[in-house]
Amino acid sequence: MSTAVAQSVVPVDITVNGVEHHAEVEPRQLLVHFIRETLGLTGTHVGCDTSSCGACTIHIDGKSVKSCTVFTAQADGTTITTIEGVAKDGELSAMQEGFWEEHGLQCGFCTPGMIMAASAFLETNPNPTEEEIRHSLEGNLCRCTGYQNIVKAIQYAAKKG
Amino acid sequence: MVASVDAPEKMVGKAIKRREDPRLISGAGQFIDDLRLPGMLHIGLVRSPFAHAKIKRIDIAPALAMPGVVAAYTGSDFMELNPLPAAWQAGGVTNHTVTPRVLAVEEVHLAGDPVAVVVAENQYLARDAAEAVIVEYEELPVVVDAVKATQPGAPQLHEEAPNNIVFEWACGKDADVVDRALADSDVTTSLHIINQRLIPTPIEPRGSIARYDPGTGDYTLWITSQAPHVMRLLIAAFVMGIPEQKIRTISPDIGGGFGAKIFCYYDMPLTMAISKKLGGRPIKFFEDRIENYVSTTHGRDHITDIEVGASSDGLITALKVKTWANIGAYFSTIAAGIPTTLYGRMIAGCYKIPSIRVDVTAVYTNTAMVDAYRGAGRPEAAYAIERVCDAVAAATGVDPAEVRRKNFIQPDEFPYDTGIGMLPYDSGNYEGALDKALALSGYHDLRAEQQRRIDAGEQKLLGIGLSSYVEVCGVAPSKWIGLSGEGWGAGLWESANIRVQLTGKTVVTTGSLPHGQGHETTFAQLVSDKLGIPYDDIQIQHSDTLGTPFGFGSYGSRSLTVGGTAIFKTTDKVIDKVKRLGAHMLEASAQDVEFENGKVYVKGSPDAAKTIQEVALAAHVAYDLPEGMEPFLDETTYYDPPNCTFPFGTHVCVVEVDKESGEVEVVKYLAVDDVGNVINPLIVGGQLHGGIAQGLSQALYEGAYYNDDGQLLTGSLADYAIPKASQVPWYDLDSTVTPSPVNPMGAKGAGEAGTIASTPAVGNAVVDAVRHLGVSNIQMPMTPERIWAAIKQAS
Repeated sequence: MSTAVAQSVVPVDITVNGVEHHAEVEPRQLLVHFIRETLGLTGTHVGCDTSSCGACTIHIDGKSVKSCTVFTAQADGTTITTIEGVAKDGELSAMQEGFWEEHGLQCGFCTPGMIMAASAFLETNPNPTEEEIRHSLEGNLCRCTGYQNIVKAIQYAAKKG
Repeated sequence: MVASVDAPEKMVGKAIKRREDPRLISGAGQFIDDLRLPGMLHIGLVRSPFAHAKIKRIDIAPALAMPGVVAAYTGSDFMELNPLPAAWQAGGVTNHTVTPRVLAVEEVHLAGDPVAVVVAENQYLARDAAEAVIVEYEELPVVVDAVKATQPGAPQLHEEAPNNIVFEWACGKDADVVDRALADSDVTTSLHIINQRLIPTPIEPRGSIARYDPGTGDYTLWITSQAPHVMRLLIAAFVMGIPEQKIRTISPDIGGGFGAKIFCYYDMPLTMAISKKLGGRPIKFFEDRIENYVSTTHGRDHITDIEVGASSDGLITALKVKTWANIGAYFSTIAAGIPTTLYGRMIAGCYKIPSIRVDVTAVYTNTAMVDAYRGAGRPEAAYAIERVCDAVAAATGVDPAEVRRKNFIQPDEFPYDTGIGMLPYDSGNYEGALDKALALSGYHDLRAEQQRRIDAGEQKLLGIGLSSYVEVCGVAPSKWIGLSGEGWGAGLWESANIRVQLTGKTVVTTGSLPHGQGHETTFAQLVSDKLGIPYDDIQIQHSDTLGTPFGFGSYGSRSLTVGGTAIFKTTDKVIDKVKRLGAHMLEASAQDVEFENGKVYVKGSPDAAKTIQEVALAAHVAYDLPEGMEPFLDETTYYDPPNCTFPFGTHVCVVEVDKESGEVEVVKYLAVDDVGNVINPLIVGGQLHGGIAQGLSQALYEGAYYNDDGQLLTGSLADYAIPKASQVPWYDLDSTVTPSPVNPMGAKGAGEAGTIASTPAVGNAVVDAVRHLGVSNIQMPMTPERIWAAIKQAS
């Protein structure tokens, strides 16, 4: 292990779900692995290796980002929210509630990424049409639901505001 | 301590929200990649870049020299492990069965075949080390097409399978009988169908984590499996040669399966064997998507030629089908059953066809193994027969809806034997579903609008596609499916155990398990109604061989019809004991008491009732039991169904096809499904939505392609066309209800119906839009390019 440990590392300061973290990371480490392996926040999932599926979607400084496309080192100084940080004081967000109410998930593997992508989308477009909702999900794949109930979940959240 | 005395509200039939969801929407699910075991090591696989080659030399030394690498092995290090088992061989015929070893030895047969493994402290180091292993290959000729593989001079994959033929199987009448029926028909027409290869693509790939206990010699194996009990049995008895009880298998939360997670894969025994070699350190394998695409199973891949005969008024008189089924480089766990029992024997669809012959040739090629993918054989059968119905309509000039109506099995003809070796269809009203679908879709108005656009010379043509499907679920009676019949190498029953504990809180264990279908919700609804125990007091346990009775797992839409019936029958046993003990507590005879809404009382005296919770307490403390009664309310059932179930329905798809560009837009999708009685309509609706999307996607978007060198061209999610939200339509769902007589709930199964029905509905719609231009056939996926080419070729 000695050589591996001796590889160059970079220091990062990242705030995740309101908690400040300081770490020394390999330059090549993907942010999703920092979140999952270093911080143990396993709600952010990995479903592909081409940035296609969106299961790893998180918020960096309020914007929806696929955490498999970012090196941890690039996230230095940012504020991150993952799915674990969405509910406040045990109370589900309107988007989480929408997914539950409208049966917007089945296996649940894509769901954290869907919720993160959709809630960032509603920030920019609070009253979207169905077509706008569908296009907003271009970067997130679901193989279980056929998307209809995901659309309804987002409409539920939009309505609730 | 004792739960509420009031009878809880009825739950069956209610669209209640799933109890699984709070953890999954909060990031608290526990998928295999989320497990953290102390001392866990990661493996990286070295995979062949060639589709067919001899392995000349493997040098693991460069990997072993790398920091963080603990071990590295080649196939010769695991010769004590037998090749993976073939659990379903085609019934009644010779099978030339070649299954893979955990790592290829001497020769590789597909690009992606694993040849060596490295073990490292983390996944990055494992990847680096796998790259460092040196392998020398001698390339061999490659074949990827099933028909070409059987031709003289084709490259040969396995000595045991001359001409690459796995088996040749047939059902129905003798070929000459069907040939005569075709010759005697008023009209005949033919159809060439390529039911293209698909990649199942659950969003969670597959993985295994194994931990060996050097003290006891026991293994714990976490797997992304739809059938953990079966995996334990197969690995113990057939791969490792150890007693089953030395292995505990656990399926954690599973991120979708669609069939691809039923099978026994190399990584399961491989991680176990490595954990033992390394003194019990947990070993983790979690494939990335590219590995998933090259080495986890694919689906479909049939090439089919059909001849059909009919009377001039559209009555189908004869059907002759020849199919080449590509099963890939090796024989996967249940690969043989898909193109035989689940395809050939379902080729009649909803129709009375007097003369049928199906021939199936299963073939090895240098491609990923092909096995069950959602629907598994039935989508291929439904696509063939529903395309045939439209072809007959075109040949006779009879409306496609009327062709179907004319040939339907009638409601009073059930149980119905199609004469090609399937069990008798249980119940149905095919015309009822068709009529409802025609009325709800405004079918006749759509036909008028279609003609108007043609007459007006409009650029956007309308296509109307029908699919009146029937499928087989709830497989299966063990005696029929088993070795002396259809060739399945075991039984196919299901199990359940119910324990009503001292507090009245109830634990149900089941051999079925979910990978997105909401078993914990549905099964709790069922038990709550039957036992009168509040829904929230009932916990459904599953997926762990320690603590659940043996079960065959979840696939083939069998969880409710077989697993649910096992639970239903167990509640009957609990009720029987509650009545006997309740009668004793009420100082009455067991014949004189009734059980209703969770209470037992003397007939005519419901006010002096004992609740099931009071009886459970009495059974547990056991201070005063009737003579000979055992303590505790604890009952188990092993249920072997007497028949399969046969869901059906009619789907209508309406498309607009741009005759200049070939672009397709689905403008309406209506599904009328009959899945029998429904426990939770919310969950059934979700199953249908997802199924429709997958089937529609086969018709329009998806296809897995290899080049002639055996390289998978659609080898990542950037290349393989999983549909996005903007590429699927709104689904309008409706239903008819024809309860199945096979099980006491009257359920038929809903997990695959959407996939089976939708591919032909969409495919028929596209061809229907352009048929007047002279187009009679387009292969899937019906991309704009292919549609445009078909129009150009016809004109």
